[in-house]
Parts: sequence; structure tokens; C-alpha cells
Amino acid sequence: MSALAPVAAQAPPEEGRRGNGRAPKADPTVMRAGLGTALLFLGPYLILFATFILGPILYGLWISLHQWDFLLPGKPFVGLKNYGDLMTGGSTTSGPFWNSMRATGIFTLLSVPLLMVLPLALAVALNKKFRGRNVVRAIFFAPYVLGVAVIGLLWRYLLDPNVGVVNYYLDQIGFDRIPFTTATPWVWLALVVPTIWWTAGYNMVIFLAGLQEVSPDLYEAAELDGASAWQRFRHVTLPGLRPVTIFVLTITILASANVFGQSYLITQGQPGEETRTVIMQIGEEGLRRFNMGAASAMSTVLTLVLLLISLLSLSFLRERTPKEAKA
Amino acid sequence: MAFWNGFTGGDGPFMKQMVDAFNKENPNVTVAMNTLQWGDFYPKVPTAVASGAGPDVAIMHIDQLATNAARRVIVPLDEIATGLKLEEADFAPVVWNAGEYKDQRYGIPLDIHPLGFYVNKGLMTKAGITEIPTDRAGFEAAVTELKGKGGVANPFWVTATWPAHLIFTSLIAQFGGSIYDEEGAKATFNSDAGVEALEWMTSFIAKGDSPKNVSNDAQAVAFRQQRNALTFDGIWMMNEWAKVAGLEWEAAKFPTIGDKPAVWASSHNFVVTSQAAKDPNKLAASRAFISYISNKSLEWAKSGQVPARKSVRDSAEFKALKVQSVLAEQLPDVQFPPSVPGIGDVTTPTYETAVNEVVLGKKQAKAALDEGAKKADSLLKANQSKYQA
Repeated sequence: MSALAPVAAQAPPEEGRRGNGRAPKADPTVMRAGLGTALLFLGPYLILFATFILGPILYGLWISLHQWDFLLPGKPFVGLKNYGDLMTGGSTTSGPFWNSMRATGIFTLLSVPLLMVLPLALAVALNKKFRGRNVVRAIFFAPYVLGVAVIGLLWRYLLDPNVGVVNYYLDQIGFDRIPFTTATPWVWLALVVPTIWWTAGYNMVIFLAGLQEVSPDLYEAAELDGASAWQRFRHVTLPGLRPVTIFVLTITILASANVFGQSYLITQGQPGEETRTVIMQIGEEGLRRFNMGAASAMSTVLTLVLLLISLLSLSFLRERTPKEAKA
Repeated sequence: MAFWNGFTGGDGPFMKQMVDAFNKENPNVTVAMNTLQWGDFYPKVPTAVASGAGPDVAIMHIDQLATNAARRVIVPLDEIATGLKLEEADFAPVVWNAGEYKDQRYGIPLDIHPLGFYVNKGLMTKAGITEIPTDRAGFEAAVTELKGKGGVANPFWVTATWPAHLIFTSLIAQFGGSIYDEEGAKATFNSDAGVEALEWMTSFIAKGDSPKNVSNDAQAVAFRQQRNALTFDGIWMMNEWAKVAGLEWEAAKFPTIGDKPAVWASSHNFVVTSQAAKDPNKLAASRAFISYISNKSLEWAKSGQVPARKSVRDSAEFKALKVQSVLAEQLPDVQFPPSVPGIGDVTTPTYETAVNEVVLGKKQAKAALDEGAKKADSLLKANQSKYQA
């Protein structure tokens, strides 16, 4: 949701301002009818939104203020205690939670840049006309159709320190075996590489779609002006892709922050709890230990952090627009 | 009647067959079996039961009974047990007693599944070892011989993940310790016995008898590929080994490394949910169903389990099942956790993690176990206040 809304919000502000300027002069009855019409149009979605998004969010906030196990008769109200516990060391939840936030943070920092640059490069390369282009595109997209369980098991056996194929060949050519799934920093490789292999194709397709929107006239003009291939990419392709880039960046950050299956299957949280991600932690607290109050508090904190990061990345990318236009 | 379980492995088809046979013989009851991964099963069942769309009868592990009883997912079975004339005398006392919570019976044991000790007979013979080791000296000598004469570079693979903490559970009891105190109120796995157990495990890595960084079932893969010769794994793995062409293997009791025999085990138990308790017909049907399967537990034993019923274990047909009957000899030594709600969920973040960190060489045994015990104590305390409230 938060990924789509800001992109859509880019165009309307100006129109909105104009609309507001006209509004006071309008006939009040039309206004009322207009409001009714608007509500009628919005109604079906608002009902869905309220039932499936707004309601659960508010309910989650409410739960986070309790010691909550949905099957136990007593659900004592504890105020902000669950949040307080997360913020003070030594409680049962704060250590594991921040440890898992750290793991998710490291994964996101490592994977997002690669998941932006590689798909963009692929998209530009595969936008050229050559024989078998569609086949190549399909090959890069193909892993995305697999489920996380499949890619998790596949890579877990590829990367196993003792019985994995990769280490078998490393051993054959005289290298030491590398503990990809059990020791830092290798575990991050074992999580990031499969994720890129798995999802880069999806981002590539969105970039490819974006490239179709960049007018060929601009390239032609740039070429006539003597722009090199790099200059064309830098000054025509990149600015043309900006809205798409913002969208891809936002969904990639959110998807990376939600990482669960890879670390659950490939590293199993190892070594110790270093690759236990925050979604794993919330799931365990809420659905295995049934401490839904504490788990909801964790989700709320995670949501706020993600909201902040999304806003930062959006404002960062948007502010540059006028400056670059001048340059 | 809905019957849920987590038999997603080779055990699933055995149970399905028994359910089909029951359906055929009892036309007035239809049992619909639903199998999902144990990992999904325990989070899902409580929600499903609360909404009335869950199982009427289910299978649960023994360390989950207290939790689900306290959360009112399952109901006491004392009436069913007496109605079926089931009594302690026909069950192994250790498993029968572990099915009680607050003096009421919640589980009817179907089986007991201990860890087993598996050896590669072919490699043993090559190394000149005729007897399967039963104690510490024998085990360590076998490792040395296998490495020397046998030519197996890594005869015993010490795992960092599952079942490492189950081997640890077995060993700590052998050295005279325990994971928790009897009330399940305090962690005791950081005792001297715990340190000794864990250091014994890691000594093989230090000596190079085991590779480093063994995880994710690599030890089982290695056993299939004959790259190790001694391994500890669940009894249910017997059917997996049997599928491997050219693998000469044998099962034996878990060797006594410490001062006395002890071995980790769990047990599958029949439970009846609060959903079924609302309908007398379903209650009657579940009684018939549990009785039927329990009586046929010899069939179930073939999937790689030790039947909970003494009468079945004493039968000639069971004694003919070689692996199962060898591993059944371990029954007097099995270790179950105390019957306290929430105890099953304390394992992973505490001693399972500690064992992992020590086997991977990240921490010293004492330090890791101390840290885990501190965490376990606070989790146990939190559970206590939660389930009292």
C-alpha cells in the first residue's frame, strides 16, 4: 500500500490546488451531491479498506496494549508495557527483537542496492533488439515464479558447507570449503545471492516496462547532440525512469525488510541467532509462543521504522528532480 | 470427523491406510484426515479449533500437551481412557505419566520415538570392529579405528542444528544432569553435566574426527553416502536408510557415554479438541477411532515407531521388527521434559541456540549455556505468570 500511494500522489497535487481554488464559488447543492457521488464511488473500496486494512491495524494496536493470548480467558491491559519491554534491555523480548531488526537491516542494506542496479542493467541490455531476446528475458524472470520453499531448499543444498555442490567444486579445485550457511560473513552471501537470483527478474520486468515509456525522440536528439552511450543513459534513461525507480526502490525495500523464508530455510537463523529476521521473530512470538501483545508491539515498531525509511527514500529521490532538470 | 496430524514424511501413508481401514469397517463414522507440517500444525490448530473448523481428534507431541491443555485447545480424556479400559499397566509408565497435566489426562500415547544410534556395518567391518560400541571407550575407539584402518576421514559428524540439542539432552542426563528442574521452573542445563556433555560433542570437531559447520541434515546425507559411519538420528530415519542401495547399516541403543543410560525421545499422543467436546456424537466417534488405531499400533510401528502399548511391544510380530525392537529397549531410559505449559517453546531460543553456537565454535560451552539458561529462566518465569493469569 504505502508503496503505491506516493507514486500516485505525484501528479494530483497541482490539480488539487486548482480544484480547491474553485470550490468556494460552487453551488452548495452541487457540492453536497458531489460529496455523495464521491462517497458512492469510493464506498466499495472504503468498505474493503476499513475491513481488511484499517480495522486490523487498529485491532493490532489495541492488542499491543495487552498481554494477549486469544485462547486464554484473561487478557490483562498492560498499557505501553510491551513497548517499554522492547526498549529496555534484559526483558524477554528486547534482546531477540533488536537482534532480529539488526539481521533484517543488514540483509536489506546488502540486497537492495544490488536489486536495483542489476535489474536496471539487465533491463537496459535486454531492451536492445537481438535474436532470442524474449527467451533471455524469460530466463531471467523464470526463478521468480518459484516459491520461497523451493528456492530455499535448492540453495540450502547448493551451499551446504559439507555436502553442497558449490563446496564440492571449491574442494576439487583446491580451495578451502566455505561455511556459507553457518558462519558470518558468508551467511549474508547465502541469503543475498539466492534472493537476487530469485527476484531480480521481477524488478527487471518493471524497469523494462519503464523503458518503453522513454520517448525514442529523446535518444535521437541526444545522439545528434553527440552524447555518448553513458551520457544518454545518465541524462535520458535515468531521468525517464525516475517514477519507476521510486516504485521499484520502495517495493524492494519493503520486500527485503519482510525477508523470512530464506533465513528460515537456508541458514536456519544460524550462526546462533545472527540471521534470525524480524519477521521470524514476530512470527515466533505471536504464533508459536502466542504472546500476541508483544508480537503486535514488535510489528508496530517495525511498521514505523519502515514508514520512516520509505518516506526518506521518497523525499530523497523527489527532491533531486528540479536540481537535475536545471543541470 | 476431522483428524489432523503432522505426518508429512514416510509415516503419513501408514496412518492414511489405517484411517481408510477404519472408515471401511465403520460405515457410520467418516474420518477425514488432514496432514500438515508440524511447524504449521501447532500455530494453526488452536485458531482452527477456536473457530470450529479445526480437528476433532489430533496427534500432538508430548511436550505440547500441557501448553494446549492450558490454552483449552484440548480436553481431558480421563473418561475416554477409562471407557476404553486403558490403563497405565499397558503403557510404558514414563510416557503414560507424561500425558497428564494438573492431575488430568490429556493424551493417549500412540508411540514413543527415541533417538537411535546408527552404524555403517560395512565400514565397521573394514575397520576391523565387530561389536557396535555401547560405551564411551568403545565409541571413541571405534572412531579412531574407522579413521585409521577404515579410511573414513570423518567417521562421526557433530551437527550444529537439529538433532544436536536432542543429542545434548540425552548426554546431559547420562552425565547426571537435566535440562530443567522437575517443576519446569528453572533451567539446569548449564550444570557441570551440561558442560561435560557439550564438550564431549565438540571434542570430535577439535580432533578432526568430525567436519566443522555440519548443519541442515548434512550428517544424514553423509550417512547415506557412506561418508560417516556413526550417527545419531530419529528412529523414523530407519525407513530412509533402508531405501539406500548398498548401505549396510544397523541400529543400536544410544551408547552410554556418561555414567548411566539415557536418551531423548518424544511421543505422539491422541488428543481430543474442545471443538469435539461440544458434540456427544463426535466424542463417541473419537473414542472408537482412538481405540481402533491404538489397537492396531503394530501397523504404525512399521513406519519407524515404538508402540506405546506394552501388549503390542510384547507381541511376536513386533519382536520381528528388528530395528524397532532394538530401539524399544531404550524405553526405561527416555527423557521427557516436565509437563509445564509453554515449555516446548523455550527450547529453540535457549539451549538449542547455545549448542549451535558452541558446535560452530563461536562460544565456549560454559559461557553459551549460562547465557541460554539466563534466557530460559526469564522465559519460564514469563510463561508461569502468563498461564496463571
